[in-house]
Amino acid sequence: MSLANRIANLSRRSRVEREIDAELAAHIEMRIEDNLAAGMSAKEARRDALLRFGNRSAMHERTTEADSALYLESLWADMRYALRQLRRDPAFALISILILSLGIGACTAIFSAIKPILLDPLPYPHAGRIAMLWERSADGSPAHVSFGAFQGLHQRSHAFDSIAVMKPWQPAIVAATATDRAERLEGQRVSADFFRTLGIAPKAGRDFQPSDDVLHGPAVIILSDRLWHRRFAADPSILGKQLRLEDTLFTVIGIMPPSFEDVLLPTAELWAPLQYDPSLPADGREWGHHLRMIGRLRNGISADQASSEADGILRIQAQLYAKGFASSGGPPKGLIVQGLQHDLTSGVRPALLAVLGAVLLVLSIACVNVTNLVLARASQRRAEFAMRAALGAARGRLIRQLLTESLLLALFSGALGMAIAATGVRALVALSPPDLPRLSAIAVNGSIFLFAFAITALTGTLVGLVPAVEAAHADPARGLQQGSRRTAGSRHLPRRILVVAEVSLAVVLLVGAGLLLRSMTHLFAIDPGFDAPRLLTMQVQESGRQYDTPAARLRFFDLALERVRHLPGVLSAGFTSQLPLSGDVDGYGVQFEHGPQAEAAFRYAVTPGYLETMRIPLRRGRALNERDAAGAPVAVLLNEAFANRIFPAGNALGQHVRLGPDMGHADRPWATVVGIVGNVKQESLGDTGEDAFYITTSQWTWADDAQSLVIRTQGPPAALTPLIRDAIWSVDRDQPIVRVATMDNLLAASESERHFVLMLFEAFALAGLILAATGTYGVLSGSVTERTREIGVRAALGASRSSILALVMRQGMALAASGVLIGLGIATIASRALSALLFDVSRLDLPTYLGVAALLLAVSCVACYIPARRAASINPVDALRAE
Amino acid sequence: MAKTDLQGSLDLLVLKTLARMGDLHGYGIVLHIQRASGELLSVEEGSLYPALHRMEQSGWVASHWALTETKRKAKFYKLTPAGRKQLKQAEENFEQLVNGVRAMLHYA
Repeated sequence: MSLANRIANLSRRSRVEREIDAELAAHIEMRIEDNLAAGMSAKEARRDALLRFGNRSAMHERTTEADSALYLESLWADMRYALRQLRRDPAFALISILILSLGIGACTAIFSAIKPILLDPLPYPHAGRIAMLWERSADGSPAHVSFGAFQGLHQRSHAFDSIAVMKPWQPAIVAATATDRAERLEGQRVSADFFRTLGIAPKAGRDFQPSDDVLHGPAVIILSDRLWHRRFAADPSILGKQLRLEDTLFTVIGIMPPSFEDVLLPTAELWAPLQYDPSLPADGREWGHHLRMIGRLRNGISADQASSEADGILRIQAQLYAKGFASSGGPPKGLIVQGLQHDLTSGVRPALLAVLGAVLLVLSIACVNVTNLVLARASQRRAEFAMRAALGAARGRLIRQLLTESLLLALFSGALGMAIAATGVRALVALSPPDLPRLSAIAVNGSIFLFAFAITALTGTLVGLVPAVEAAHADPARGLQQGSRRTAGSRHLPRRILVVAEVSLAVVLLVGAGLLLRSMTHLFAIDPGFDAPRLLTMQVQESGRQYDTPAARLRFFDLALERVRHLPGVLSAGFTSQLPLSGDVDGYGVQFEHGPQAEAAFRYAVTPGYLETMRIPLRRGRALNERDAAGAPVAVLLNEAFANRIFPAGNALGQHVRLGPDMGHADRPWATVVGIVGNVKQESLGDTGEDAFYITTSQWTWADDAQSLVIRTQGPPAALTPLIRDAIWSVDRDQPIVRVATMDNLLAASESERHFVLMLFEAFALAGLILAATGTYGVLSGSVTERTREIGVRAALGASRSSILALVMRQGMALAASGVLIGLGIATIASRALSALLFDVSRLDLPTYLGVAALLLAVSCVACYIPARRAASINPVDALRAE
Repeated sequence: MAKTDLQGSLDLLVLKTLARMGDLHGYGIVLHIQRASGELLSVEEGSLYPALHRMEQSGWVASHWALTETKRKAKFYKLTPAGRKQLKQAEENFEQLVNGVRAMLHYA
């Protein structure tokens, strides 16, 4: 330390420290004076005084520590010193903070998202007893429930405290005043016991009663707290008031508590009674499979008991209402009863668990990497600590110093990690697949943050103490010697193991990302059965009493279609009752004259021109046209899969069928199969050959009040949206248009879950790759620095540049290669967790594994080359002189 | 218990010195301990100061800066009432220790 520095330091010392200095100095001076008086020489007097006094700086240090008034002072000094240390090595500080915060942030975000979905119970009393109920179809798969089946269970079942059915409802609220806006609300039509089944009662007003849920019953609604605040300024006098939804006046009878979460439709803001016909007319909507059903199991009744009881009830119901069941594809084979939470999360569980696994891998890599970094730094600072110990620093003091440094790092990382977690949670919610349940309950979770923070910080801190403990134990002379970089011993072994671990973890992540990526490419290479580009889709709904007759309904859709077709930029357009890949699912029964009596298939009630607009290929026969109108003989198209399954001989054309409501009615005329069309993916791209039939809108028994319009455009489809909307509204201004999307977007959205997981895996794998590369680089770089002298000697003894290059490269690549091998081994097992998300690709897909191995080896090569080149360019003269 | 270890003995010596001699600086305490013990006890002089500061933090001694006979500025320590109590306690403990050790030595 230079004199100037010493003076500068002196001037900065606190008053108390100066005092201690003065006190100790006075003591020594007095001893010297006495020694002189006793006749010693000046030199001898000083030497004796110092000897008697002992290690002065150690005494100073210990006195300072004894002075608890100075404790804070020295903590602050530690802090300043730590900051200075971190500033002196900004790369270390920055990288550690980045790695730690990334680990903390990613882990907190993912766990925060997953906890309310998979781990927390649903927000209802005794939530474990609430079950989701599905009809079991012939092949054992779950199907939506018909009102007919619900009514049977409701009247006869003893296994449930209560059961309820529901369906989505999107009424438009009419503007009450000039400044007000009309708005389409999300809600549900529910049977009377809906809220009782969930176990939550309105906080004001009353719940639905059985007397509310009858055909043509009272128009009553219950509002959510959110809607009450948003639309009605939390006006308590709203109860009993009337509200115009479309052209019906509804009376508000209740308001739900603010904490109420409708997990069955999280966006729902209002509820009205279902009001289906309890007399169950055989050709009515009461037999459509479009309701969801929940039940609260009686205490002590298991799901299995409930389902076996229900099976019996449904058998009786099937005998009582054979015609009704036949109109929708036959009676169910039984009831599937499974926990509501399990049911809601079953779709997303594999994806979430895969993501969870990925983030744990990232966290492990982060911990390994930080351990590695800190160890590297510790070995660089071995000399510093040996020196400080030799100069009299107490062991506790050294440990405190290092702790301060580690905690400072952890503090910075924690702050940054929190920011990453908050952003991450927001991003997760924004990017998450639309069917992710309990989205509103997702928030950064404090305890999880602390957990991740503690793990990473503890790792860093504990490892960070190594040099202090070593310095305090070891013989300072040895430490100082080691600091002079003479030896390159086996001290690196733990760090090498860590690098291998890091590389192998990264390999596992990359294999996961690679498998998902290949699944995605396979999926999007699948032909959906129609020509998606340049297609615009939207759902047009009808509401209002003027459309109560089917003729009026059809007239509105016909007029709207006519106007849209004549718009510039529109090539063709058509309506369909259900749109592929939009989430629509609508199946009806089919009865064959010469074939099976009840088969279920997707029903497409379409306008002529729909198939042409979608470019669904006609395989045989003819397409539907304008002559297939009401009154004309009914014409039906089957899709290839359906036709080939029922008529393997290829004689489907001309066959007679009865559809849906006509099934089993001998008095109704047969419809004729006039054409066979290509298969279309209805639910997802991964579907295999689903049965479907097409019929014109005007020949179907009733006119659907919500139909999807598909438009083939000349240019970019989205640009035409306002024009098309205005054209429809020019027919009737009040008809809602929803779900506007290009077909390309629907296609992408249909795979949103896989896409979501893929995105996270890509991000995590990239992070893992970078961490592994920096880890390899760090270890090798440190080893080259420490071996400077050895390499210098080798160079001096005639080793060529290339042989030194090869030496270092070999060392690094050996680590990388062992990491890759181990990683590939782990991946063959770990990829099992992904198998539910893979499509058309084996989890042991060889190209993916080879590709990942090649990628990691290439990246490691770069990471090794940089320190290797430095080693090769070491000048032997400089290296030896530096000692 | 730390009352009977070396650290405790140093505390006892310092407290006893201050009780006997009144205000003293660190160097004076060292000299007194050496002289009073007939040069039998010699402490590492520097190690006195951590002990002094610790005792000051415990409230057993109080300190002030003053000039010595040779006009040198030095920090003087004096016993507080709490220190006096502590001294009594320490003396008793020490007596016990000595008696105990002596009994051991004279046994059999």
